Amino acid sequence: MDILASLFNGILIALEPINLGLAVIGVIVGLFVGAMPGLGSVNGVAILLPFTFVIQGFTGGATSPMIFLASIYYGAMYGGAISSITLGIPGASTAVATVFDGRPLALSGRAHVALVTAAIASFIGGTISTILFTGFAPLLASVALSFGNPEIFSLMLLAFATFVGLGGDDIPKTIFSICIGLALATVGFDIITGEPRLIFFEITGFMHGIRFLVVAIGVYGIGEMLWTINSTRSGPQMSKVDVSFKGIFQAIKDFRFAWKGTLIGSTLGFFVGILPAAGATPGALMSYGVAKLTSKNPEEYGKGSIDGVAAPESANNSASTGAMLPMMTLGIPGSPTTAVLLAGMVIWGLQPGPLLFTNQPEFVWPLIGSFYISNIVAVLLNLSFIPVFLWMLRMPFTILAPVIFVLSLVGTYAAYLDMFDVGLMVLVGLAAFVLRMLDYPLAPAVLAIVLGPIAEPKLRQSLLLSDGDFSIFFTRPIAGPITVVALILIFLPFLKWISKHYRRKV
Amino acid sequence: MRKAEIITAFILGLFSLGMMWKSGEGSAWNPDVSRFDNIGFIDGEGPGSGFWPFWLSVIMFICCLWIAYNWYKRTSPPSQSDEPFLDSHGIKLLLVVGGGLIGFLLSIFVIGFYGAIFCFLIYYIRFLGKHRWTTALLISSGIPVFSFFFFDIAMRIILPKGYLEPLFIPLYDIFL
Repeated sequence: MDILASLFNGILIALEPINLGLAVIGVIVGLFVGAMPGLGSVNGVAILLPFTFVIQGFTGGATSPMIFLASIYYGAMYGGAISSITLGIPGASTAVATVFDGRPLALSGRAHVALVTAAIASFIGGTISTILFTGFAPLLASVALSFGNPEIFSLMLLAFATFVGLGGDDIPKTIFSICIGLALATVGFDIITGEPRLIFFEITGFMHGIRFLVVAIGVYGIGEMLWTINSTRSGPQMSKVDVSFKGIFQAIKDFRFAWKGTLIGSTLGFFVGILPAAGATPGALMSYGVAKLTSKNPEEYGKGSIDGVAAPESANNSASTGAMLPMMTLGIPGSPTTAVLLAGMVIWGLQPGPLLFTNQPEFVWPLIGSFYISNIVAVLLNLSFIPVFLWMLRMPFTILAPVIFVLSLVGTYAAYLDMFDVGLMVLVGLAAFVLRMLDYPLAPAVLAIVLGPIAEPKLRQSLLLSDGDFSIFFTRPIAGPITVVALILIFLPFLKWISKHYRRKV
Repeated sequence: MRKAEIITAFILGLFSLGMMWKSGEGSAWNPDVSRFDNIGFIDGEGPGSGFWPFWLSVIMFICCLWIAYNWYKRTSPPSQSDEPFLDSHGIKLLLVVGGGLIGFLLSIFVIGFYGAIFCFLIYYIRFLGKHRWTTALLISSGIPVFSFFFFDIAMRIILPKGYLEPLFIPLYDIFL
């Protein structure tokens, strides 16, 4: 009953004109960044994070800036389908699976059916996951209240271990990426001893540390953009879309063929989204696979199945809410976008983690309320403005890219008023481009630079407690199993490698 | 691509060694502490200030050796690729876009943010994107004007203006 009352109150606050207005703007921005190939929710959220200080200055709290960023995140999940269907290019990695059936539908002249299915499935996925979130979050937060330093460090170890064990990228490059993120987070003054660390070439700019936004905007505003410009060399062909009232109405009626995929995506996506390193992309791919596996007509998949559009689209929306669960309740982000959101919360003066639910209910419940509202706003805007988004997709990258570069530089300066950070951001961006070209995964580094300042003190305080004995991470009832699972995940690739070599020899 | 893979691993390996060396630095105000005294457990204080970054750098260095081993065994995709790291299009891109970005950054010190934004957008939209002059001028002047009113006037976040500062004084007189 408490939860329902808090939720009702939260929805009322989320409906206040300023918050509703920010949700609408956020969803529009999100739909745009999601639809543009090469841009995703993380680019939008990272580049616009500095501008939320302005919102915070205006509203005086952290709720409105967070509603704005969360709406961008939601909108981007809806927007990804638009380019997947009409151009055959996923607007974001989360919409890769939408291409499989969305593009064949568009090529057969039924793009409007695919677009409407994607929008409604996204809405149902987002709503089901928000209901699950509302039920699970306070429960998980109350359990997490009993966590001490060793438990929190073990959880962080588990978050990184999932990248190694389940990430699917090159293992040494993934571990390198995690470690460089954690190491760069130590630059500046040690908060425990007060000693300066890693002040490269004695440049005073490093004294304040390498700020998260500098890395996030460098990687996603500059590095990813350069990579996209380099990898997209010819303009794709856009499919024609029937945007007449009759066409849209018929497409809404056709949604009855998409129920099964939607339900699979909505539930599976949420639980996959909770796992760090998993998130919306594997959630969408997995849901597509399960929907195909359990379908009575699996041969229709890949040729224009409506269920094949609904499953990944409901899953990516559901997973994006699922990824918020560990971020809000444990202070551990499940994806690069939630890492940026977490960093935003810290910058706005909040302490993410289980205490957030008891200490900051005036922040938590309006935010959860805004999840419901943003979903309704997103589906309405998505369905009403399909022609506008199709027009925007025709915007040449030679106009969009320089505007994003300008936003990245101005945003970094506005956040810290320091030209050193702007220069460092450009340098990070150029380095990220080179590393991206060589298949170094950069998302673990971004996550690590957020978690580094939390993980290090937890490790050191735990070791101080145990007098330097690492067994503290194995002997405590909650930390022990988590550490063991983390180590299994870390060593899983090694075990696979050994068994592969052994089998080859046999 | 193959050559780039090993060169990058070598540079990152050197960077990791540099990080190890740097992590071992003691505080300047305590001459009794010698290098690498801070990377272990200090009685009564717990792990030293260099403990975390030093051991992370060690793992980074081991990863670089591992990447080099994969390169030798040709097990990673870039180590198997015979394609160039950057073809002629990629090199041109890096020079014109990357160079343009660095030029944008450096010009901020001379002509300030607004002047630099205008020049960078003209350079990119008109000369790289080959759009019409009207489109280029409209966007290139619209964005600095909007930014000025948003940051300097509405939000009081004063962006650097370099040698163009005197041009803005009359605007401040009018709007502030």
